[in-house]
Amino acid sequence: MIELPEKILLRMYYKMNQARFFEEKVDDLFTKGLVHGTTHLSIGQEATGVASCMALEKGDLVSLTHRGHSQAIGFGLDVNLMMAEILGKANGYCKGKGGSMHIADVRNGNLGANGVVGGGFNLSCGAALTQKYKKTGKVVLCFAGDGATNEGSFHESLNLASIWKLPIVFLIENNLYGMSTPVAKHMNIENISDRSASYDMPGLTIDGNDPLEVYNILLKALRYARAGRGPVLIEAKTYRYSGHSKSDAQDYRTREEVEEWQKRDPILKMKNYLKDNKVFTDKQILTMEEEAKDSIENALEFAMESPEPEITAVLDDVYA
Amino acid sequence: MNNNEIQNMTYREAIRLGMIEEMQRDDNVIFMGEDIGVYGGAFGLSQGMLEEFGEERILDTPISEAAIVGTAVGAATTGLRPICEIMFMDFVTFAMDALVNQGAKMRYMFGGQTQVPMVLRLPAGSGTGAAAQHSQSLEAWLCHVPGLKVVTPSTPAQAKGLIKAAIRDNNPVCFIEHKLLYSTEGEVPLDEDFIVEIEKTMTERPGKDVTIVTYGTLLPKAMEAAAFLAEEGIEVEILNPITLYPMDMKPIVDSVIKTGRVIVAHEAAKTGGLGGEIVARIAESEAFDYLNAPMIRLAGLDVPIPYNKELEAAVIPQKSDFIRAVYRLLDHE
Repeated sequence: MIELPEKILLRMYYKMNQARFFEEKVDDLFTKGLVHGTTHLSIGQEATGVASCMALEKGDLVSLTHRGHSQAIGFGLDVNLMMAEILGKANGYCKGKGGSMHIADVRNGNLGANGVVGGGFNLSCGAALTQKYKKTGKVVLCFAGDGATNEGSFHESLNLASIWKLPIVFLIENNLYGMSTPVAKHMNIENISDRSASYDMPGLTIDGNDPLEVYNILLKALRYARAGRGPVLIEAKTYRYSGHSKSDAQDYRTREEVEEWQKRDPILKMKNYLKDNKVFTDKQILTMEEEAKDSIENALEFAMESPEPEITAVLDDVYA
Repeated sequence: MNNNEIQNMTYREAIRLGMIEEMQRDDNVIFMGEDIGVYGGAFGLSQGMLEEFGEERILDTPISEAAIVGTAVGAATTGLRPICEIMFMDFVTFAMDALVNQGAKMRYMFGGQTQVPMVLRLPAGSGTGAAAQHSQSLEAWLCHVPGLKVVTPSTPAQAKGLIKAAIRDNNPVCFIEHKLLYSTEGEVPLDEDFIVEIEKTMTERPGKDVTIVTYGTLLPKAMEAAAFLAEEGIEVEILNPITLYPMDMKPIVDSVIKTGRVIVAHEAAKTGGLGGEIVARIAESEAFDYLNAPMIRLAGLDVPIPYNKELEAAVIPQKSDFIRAVYRLLDHE
């Protein structure tokens, strides 16, 4: 692992914990029947979601996936407004009209979570085209899952981004399953990053459960894209502990496999690093964890106390 | 700049001029599509635009319609105002996720956080011998998606005014242009602020006996039929909903109240076509009580567009179909 300033390590550890607690809370709310619809949890994927965003500069943009809570928290979204959105409240990010799959903060560069697998690739090209056209020096970080790389939009976008040298980093969170299907059943390559060769862009496969590796590689990739050299494809191998969505019986994998991956937990890995290298004391680490947990309790309280949308709002915002 | 001059030009030139004026007016307007650069567009609509605006603003794309439209949506939400040309409307099928699931819904789904100011230009329609995959009129699909606006001009003046309005609109606008109209001529105002407002139905010809509601390339056929009938003393009123969605129904309802007889016509296939929506809205309105005869829909047959010239023409309503339908309505009593 590489050495990073304490400030970044603190934020990274805090936000990864925040993401974990946030999703455990959301899971709990679903189980209790307090949430409408469905949700896709990224528990186990906090390194790719959070550590990647730590490498962004102010003004950079992101496009998130349907499994986007960690990504959103990493990018700096307010957990109060996220929780309010998941509860469908009027002061949620989308005024209760989007829910878990559409959390967005467009004014601040979060182009939104996307309910369509592969829906974000093209949007990222467009956002990156704007940056290039206006010479802002900003980069778009486009999240996607392994399954999304079998969509046509992946190939069209990588090709377009490559020929136009668009400032995008495509970050593929390969959690080994597209819903129930193991990656190997749907592609004959071991590493998705191999697909970069077709589009003449750098492609790397990294350990998605190692937050510092994710951060370090993202920093380099973002620098490359920012310099106007074109897009980069990064595949981060990781694992989700929960099912695909709330209705998943998980018959396609074994309990042992999940437990194996839990031994490589990204938050645990980071905690051990912080301890082993004496970056923070045990007490400091515990304080970070408790503060992260408290922030989620507060978010829930905020969301519960938030108002429901007015019924007349159903007609608002169809058109600008 | 105010300019009171009027110039005769084609529908094709009018769209091109509208795009050029808006690109001169606003640096945020960019134009993307297949072969729109050196080639000048499959139908010649972007001729000379690469020379005037350069490669940064006239973006020749790969044959990737999903990427064209998705990129436009992403660019539109981040501050640009893209125009996209889809070479044939038939190929919008490739771009439906970007258009329907992303662009059309983004504003609503995100609680009004963003807007998607973009124009999708869609050359549509039959009559060119291009057969089933290059001749469709798919407007009803698009009119079924809240969040999109759908417009279709019939004359060069409407074409210029509407393309400018579409580019200035802050929503995704599908601009359907009929290939058979490209070479038709008409008078077009040169005033750079000449705009044809979106969401307005045009009265193309006043009359008192029968109302015809039609759009696109059926308008000239309806106009010819009306001129023929006028010689017999039958006065047909023709309304053209140049914005198909959201449609301005009031002039249509008012006209039916006046005439008591209505024909709704389009080139698109009848089943699930917009004609059904328009007659349903008339039936739901106060105009229903004024109807003297059952409403008539003239539409494309429910078949793919065939290649053979005679077969192709047989699919689409012709001038004679309009005339026969008017007689039928007048004979009803």
